[in-house]
Amino acid sequence: MAQSSLTDHGTFGSTPGHRAEHRMSRRTLLRGTAIGAGAVALPSLLTACGGGPADAGKTIALGSNASDPVPKKAFAEAFKAYEEQSKDDRKVKVNTVDHNSFQENINRYLQSTPDDVFMWFAGFRMQFFAKKNLLHEISDLWSGFDGFSDAIKDQSTGEDGKQYFVPYYYYPWAVFHRKSVFQKYGYEVPKDLDAYVALAKQMQKDKLVPIAFADKDGWPAMGTFDYLNMRINGYAFHKSLMAGEKAWNGKEVKEVFDTWRRLMPYHQEGANGRTWQEGAQSLQKGQAGMTVLGLPHPGQQFPDADKEDLDFFAFPEIDPEHGQDAVEAPIDGFLLARKGKNLKNDKGMAAAKDLLKFLATAEAENIYLQHDPNNIAVHDGADTGKYSTLQKKAVDLVSGAKQISQFLDRDTRPDFASTVMIPAIQTFIGNPQDVDGLVNDIERQKKTVFASD
Amino acid sequence: MSLTTTRGGRRQRPRGTRRFNRRDRIVLGILLGLAVLVDLFIVWGPTLASVGLSFTSWDGISEISWVGLDNYRTAFTEYPQFWPAVRHNLMWLGFLGLVATPFGLFLAVLIDRGVRFSRFYQSAIYLPVVLSLAIVGFIAQLVFSRDQGALNALLGRQDNPVDWIGDPDLNIWMVLLAAAWRHTGYVMILYLAGLKAVDSSLKEAAAIDGANERQTFFKVVFPTLRPVNVVVMVITVIEALRAFDIVYAINRGRNGLELLSVLVTDNIIGEASRIGFGSAIAVVLLVVSLGVVVTYLVQELRGEKDR
Amino acid sequence: MSVAPAPAPTAATERVSAPESRPRRRGRWGTQIFLTAVSLGFLAPLLLAVYASLRPYDETAEEGYFSLPKSLSFDYYRQAFTDSEMTKYFVNTLLIAVPGVLIVLFLASFVAFAVSRLNMRGGIVLVMVFTAGNLLPQQVIITPLYAVFNKIELPYWMSDSYLMYDSYWAVLAVQIGFQLGFCVFVLANFMRTLPKEIVEAAIVDGAGVWTQYWRITLPLCRPALAALGTLQFTWMYNDFLWALVFINTGDKLPITSALNNLSGQFFTDYNLLAAGSVIVAAPTIIVFLLLQRHFIAGLTLGSSKG
Repeated sequence: MAQSSLTDHGTFGSTPGHRAEHRMSRRTLLRGTAIGAGAVALPSLLTACGGGPADAGKTIALGSNASDPVPKKAFAEAFKAYEEQSKDDRKVKVNTVDHNSFQENINRYLQSTPDDVFMWFAGFRMQFFAKKNLLHEISDLWSGFDGFSDAIKDQSTGEDGKQYFVPYYYYPWAVFHRKSVFQKYGYEVPKDLDAYVALAKQMQKDKLVPIAFADKDGWPAMGTFDYLNMRINGYAFHKSLMAGEKAWNGKEVKEVFDTWRRLMPYHQEGANGRTWQEGAQSLQKGQAGMTVLGLPHPGQQFPDADKEDLDFFAFPEIDPEHGQDAVEAPIDGFLLARKGKNLKNDKGMAAAKDLLKFLATAEAENIYLQHDPNNIAVHDGADTGKYSTLQKKAVDLVSGAKQISQFLDRDTRPDFASTVMIPAIQTFIGNPQDVDGLVNDIERQKKTVFASD
Repeated sequence: MSLTTTRGGRRQRPRGTRRFNRRDRIVLGILLGLAVLVDLFIVWGPTLASVGLSFTSWDGISEISWVGLDNYRTAFTEYPQFWPAVRHNLMWLGFLGLVATPFGLFLAVLIDRGVRFSRFYQSAIYLPVVLSLAIVGFIAQLVFSRDQGALNALLGRQDNPVDWIGDPDLNIWMVLLAAAWRHTGYVMILYLAGLKAVDSSLKEAAAIDGANERQTFFKVVFPTLRPVNVVVMVITVIEALRAFDIVYAINRGRNGLELLSVLVTDNIIGEASRIGFGSAIAVVLLVVSLGVVVTYLVQELRGEKDR
Repeated sequence: MSVAPAPAPTAATERVSAPESRPRRRGRWGTQIFLTAVSLGFLAPLLLAVYASLRPYDETAEEGYFSLPKSLSFDYYRQAFTDSEMTKYFVNTLLIAVPGVLIVLFLASFVAFAVSRLNMRGGIVLVMVFTAGNLLPQQVIITPLYAVFNKIELPYWMSDSYLMYDSYWAVLAVQIGFQLGFCVFVLANFMRTLPKEIVEAAIVDGAGVWTQYWRITLPLCRPALAALGTLQFTWMYNDFLWALVFINTGDKLPITSALNNLSGQFFTDYNLLAAGSVIVAAPTIIVFLLLQRHFIAGLTLGSSKG
């Protein structure tokens, strides 16, 4: 097949129109084709005029998934700062692809012509590519880093014990609510599950939906699952469950779903048809009392005037053995692609590493967060002075955490998360009664998915 | 393929050789050859390769390993979304074939009778066909959203809202409505074109014979539309089996909106690369499509003999 | 035997008025009302989307989409146009769609000509190979094609990735290959209805295959080519899948992907997205309205063969 396709392509490439275009259209045989082919080649010709392939060591290619204006600008500022401080006059050439396409495409991207440095997630999602030999190890850089906690270093480390990831910022998940609503009804922050349930009951009496809930997008409910699991079974169990080592139909996971089922009456109905934005909206409108989301989420849904009214508390304790030790705080950062365009020569590699070194400083994080206040810095030395109240509180939350988890879809295989867990959780939300059938289904599929390695 | 045709011509085929001189053969060889090569390279080769992949386990990165029929077994027995997807594809086919397509024909007949503003009707009904995924997804959110949507507001059900998209028993019907919304205009335009070309003297003759409008249509006009019917049938089947974008735009084809094409996409395109498994589902879709293709081919061959 | 097909556009539109003078005017009002209702019903969702795009997100999130406006403005249109850098992506789309449509029509019309006008052996098989190919699900061919495109090396002036992957050539080739079947199918159907006498006369004059095709047959197919061109343009323009899987440089993506730039990692301003979608939909709507007359006439697909 490959052979014949190559020859086929040869034929395709040498149609008269094509050649005409190459030789600046001498003939006009097959006019339509010629014009067409010319139009296609035009942009590449234009780039060719612009200096040809980037010269190694001067230009660092960077793949970005931050396509919406706020983070895009914030990253641009950070890269500008790098360019200004670079003594070798290095430039960062950003290739922005929208977040969703970037994610859908990551496998193909990393295997063909990736940029030198690219943005991605910490934890299992990074380890997966490290294991597939699609990343460059950067342990040498890490030995020079300071200001990162052990938990964060752990999330930047592959299964082989080497580092592959430069963390940049993160955002914790928690139970969000409006200060004014809590004041109005005199609610107290619940410390444990009983208090949480009692509060939910009280909210129902006060004609509020206790917990705004949405899962049309497929991921928001994973946050609740993770917290229930880590509060009931602990972080270690979460890790090994996600790694496919523990059974999904064991008593631990059943306990999680059973607890969730008991909480279901306090969750907003019809979550599978609601986007998280609509869910956050009911919190904003004061129709719902609380909701489990990440730091950047409700903030973006709230109009500016209401943002100061937003507050959160840590997900309540269930088993005292695990307390509120674990915090779900997905980390985003930078990695080196094994097949990076300029990384094949030493100069290109040195330049890319130089950029990573810069991005691992408190200063670089400060510049970013100044323009995107929806996250918090991972570097201990970062300036928290300009943080909003909510950001400061988020820092307290994560710095008090004994363990930091990433998120269900970041802590496990992507195929398992998207083709098994999203439908499973939506099924559970639609019908919380059949826990046994559900966990058996998950376990059976998990075996198939994890066996494929 | 084209080359054999030309070479066949050289072998004393009376009607072939006479007409094709050397230059003709070069033109035919290059252009037909190019088209056939493109088709084989882009469509048929990869399709066969996918059939091969469906017997393997591959994440798109590591080594490919042969697993025989395992993927099919997994799909048929373990994958909870598989059978619902098959069912939804068939419902799609049934709904488009029995509701949307006849409705499109009906609209075409009405417009063809020569009403005023026919240009406006045509445009309005055809417009949904040209819309892209993004806007269709937004429109679905706009109309069907439980909390903010227009439908619940219009029905006055804000206090007791219907979950049009979230309820897995209900949402497929809403999506079928949306699919019909896009399909009807397409069918209407095709039939309109066909009807315009029907010789009006046929209708007049029937009217003189005393046939009423309905009889004229079914006895005289409809049979002459056979070529259009074939095209519409093919298009209806394509749309039903390839259905993808509406459910993908609404909730990525989950929770009651599963379709085979979405399962293939989920497993092959995304970060989740279960390429062997996704290919197996694709092959199932392929087999169903081929059933239709064969039916069509048989029909076409018969038609060819009649000519 | 066969009705003259080429001048169909005018003949068809003129004939609209012919049956109007026939009896049965009674049902007419009912038909008008029914058709108006259906048309408005079909337009309503689109109008609602346009309406939403004129209102701020905070307002519709608060009040729902079906509510009276407090403020209306075109701000979102301006923002959508600039934030998503629409011009750049629009050019990218044209770079794929325009040559794509031209090449696919050229190749398909030649194949259709060969099989329907030349009485070649195996012609019907050829049509079947193409048509059946058109029925295959798109997702089936992605992985093998990716693997192949990733191995085909191209010179820098053709692709700055040095590969067929991540270049317009990949998307263009797939668009052409995948749409070829449908075009062959439609055009072969159309060409069968053309009177044989014209070509036969040309053959007597000693015209070769190329002349028979380019000079004699193609001009007669203008309406069909216009119709197909419109459809193909719409499809290639609206496609997002091929570009999504075969291109990984953001600056090369087509306009459908530009819309994705309007939604963030988490938060999406749906009203902004609606404005963007309306802008993006505009060209296809305009193309249809401009070519509407030819469009319908061109799709006759040989049904005149009464």
